Amino acid sequence: MAVNDLKKRPRLAVFKFASCDGCQLSLLDCEDELLTVAGLVDIAMFPEASSRMEAGPYDIALVEGSITTPHDAQRIQDVRKQATTIVTIGACATAGGIQSLRNWASHEDYLRCVYAKPEYISSLATSTAIADHVRVDYELRGCPVNRHQLLSALTDLVHGRKPRLPAHSVCLDCKRRGTVCVEVAQGIPCLGPVTHAGCGAICPAFDRGCYGCFGPAAQCNCNSLVTTLQSAGTTNDQLLPLLRNFNGAAPEFQAAVQFMNEQS
Amino acid sequence: MSHHTSIQPADVSVAGLLRTDDLQQLIDALIAAGYDVIGPKIDQCAIVYDQITSVNQLPRGWTDLQEPGRYRLQQSDDSKYFGFAVGPHSWKKYLFPPQSIVSTATRTENGWQFSTDAPPAPRLAFLGVRACELAAIEIQDRVFLHGPWVDPIYKSRRDAVLIVAVNCTSAASTCFCSSTNTGPRCRSGFDLALTEIAGGFVIETGSESGRAIAARLPLESVTEHHHAEASSARAQAEAMMTRKLRTDDLHDLLLGNLKHPHWDDVATRCLSCTNCTMVCPTCFCSTVTDVSDLTNDHVQRERKWDSCFNIDFSYMNGSPVRNSIASRYRQWLTHKLASWQDQFGTLGCVGCGRCITWCPPGIDLTEEVVKLRDAVHANSEDPS
Ligand code: SF4
Ligand code: SF4
Ligand code: SF4
Repeated sequence: MAVNDLKKRPRLAVFKFASCDGCQLSLLDCEDELLTVAGLVDIAMFPEASSRMEAGPYDIALVEGSITTPHDAQRIQDVRKQATTIVTIGACATAGGIQSLRNWASHEDYLRCVYAKPEYISSLATSTAIADHVRVDYELRGCPVNRHQLLSALTDLVHGRKPRLPAHSVCLDCKRRGTVCVEVAQGIPCLGPVTHAGCGAICPAFDRGCYGCFGPAAQCNCNSLVTTLQSAGTTNDQLLPLLRNFNGAAPEFQAAVQFMNEQS
Repeated sequence: MSHHTSIQPADVSVAGLLRTDDLQQLIDALIAAGYDVIGPKIDQCAIVYDQITSVNQLPRGWTDLQEPGRYRLQQSDDSKYFGFAVGPHSWKKYLFPPQSIVSTATRTENGWQFSTDAPPAPRLAFLGVRACELAAIEIQDRVFLHGPWVDPIYKSRRDAVLIVAVNCTSAASTCFCSSTNTGPRCRSGFDLALTEIAGGFVIETGSESGRAIAARLPLESVTEHHHAEASSARAQAEAMMTRKLRTDDLHDLLLGNLKHPHWDDVATRCLSCTNCTMVCPTCFCSTVTDVSDLTNDHVQRERKWDSCFNIDFSYMNGSPVRNSIASRYRQWLTHKLASWQDQFGTLGCVGCGRCITWCPPGIDLTEEVVKLRDAVHANSEDPS
């Protein structure tokens, strides 16, 4: 039964680091379920949704965003100390996000281009995943996260179960829903075979290739996919933006870019 | 109804010739007999299986070009209704659905209420089942119906199906059913079977239900000429089949070389993406999970297709048993071609070629077997 005693409900906090807020919005987007969720947990801290901000400790912390400033690098340590369970949500938090493009460019150049007075800006040269800084208990992938997966993970945690987060490739879900492979039947470059499940294989169902927003699947063989796509006529200019997208800083995708460059 | 278990080739006889222009009457007769008709249809740039009500939905005049890792539709130079080979879908999606609910539980005042009530199985007529697919259905029948445990979902669906087979008159480059002795001729396991010739279809019946449908059709008598045309159309499929799989040594070759370095070679190419197992008409693995709603008051037990290529599939006591792509590919191939024989008395492969076409890197099991065999023999002849 739902835990109705406010004192016994797990205390939930939502924290934001460098991100677009889209993943937190996915939670607010659960319109039909939102009231039930609010009845299951005690939302102690969720600045995007409420002005009530209570101090820790928290039972569950949802962490959105990547670490891009010295201040945030410190702040995430505090979050870790305050939270029993940390669940990172979204590609920024789990792999560094689109902002990790700076990892392959000159940080100084970017600052000069964007800000009139770069000397006021204090940021790091890289954008990194939360797990690069603190121990993370569960990772929800995606740009944005899948709200069904977010809800089911929250439900599992509240009821004391380990969340079920399948790590297989998108292809399995593509086939389960009867989608015809866009790579094989149309020659559309698709990252599905190396991409982590969770989205429900949305993109191929709309005649486009998977662009890897859930990051690398478990034990993915990116080198073979790069070779496969190259021999099917995909150019490196098409492959690079696929691999250096939301999850470009994931080690497996970085290695794939290196392998791709060695092939040409 | 359990006609599928009792059909013998002896039941098969020629019923007559259905004119091409009368094909709609077959669909109408099936619908009139209470079936939803499932047949080939163009969707998502491929020929898939879906519900049809009219001959105009059939891919008339279309064919498929298939090779390892590649499939393309192409307009053919004839106007055949069934001038293509098997596509990305197989009939297993109807008999063993990709997702199903095994049972549900609801919390009540008096405790948990459990239910295994399943919705009634749809009465489906499969139109265009090829010989390799009849063999695949027979294999899944053995797995789901003829062992000590009968799968209730499969059984209720299987019992409600009528099968209209079609003899292949051409083959894709990926087909090798001659090698597995599962085609291209449809010999048993159907209610009706069609062979497409110029001007019509030679119709055979294989069961009482099939004869009842045939009796409603405006059939003409089959002449010597029609018979000759039908056999040469069927012979054409056989002649077009270039891919081969030597099967006599498979069992010992595969199980006797579990440590061979060739498995690591395949693993450099295999993506462990699961596509080969998903498209395979005989693969039967699934995962069962209990899923609760937010309140934990409603739980359902869900069954979904799963695959030996999924790393989570062999997860036990904190880690996967098959923790490398090499071990997962080896599991798949040795099961399909070797241990399946110990388990069920046949190969687990019917030579449909789907796993070759729909494998993104185009890994071809017939070729991998040859490479392994050659490597093993080269090694045994090597005097050092
Ligand atoms: S479309 Fe992409 S995700 Fe789907 S099966 Fe093909 S390669 Fe895999
Ligand atoms: S193993 Fe491949 S060729 Fe054999 S039945 Fe399965 S999909 Fe068809
Ligand atoms: S053999 Fe091909 S289809 Fe099968 S898992 Fe490996 S890459 Fe995927």
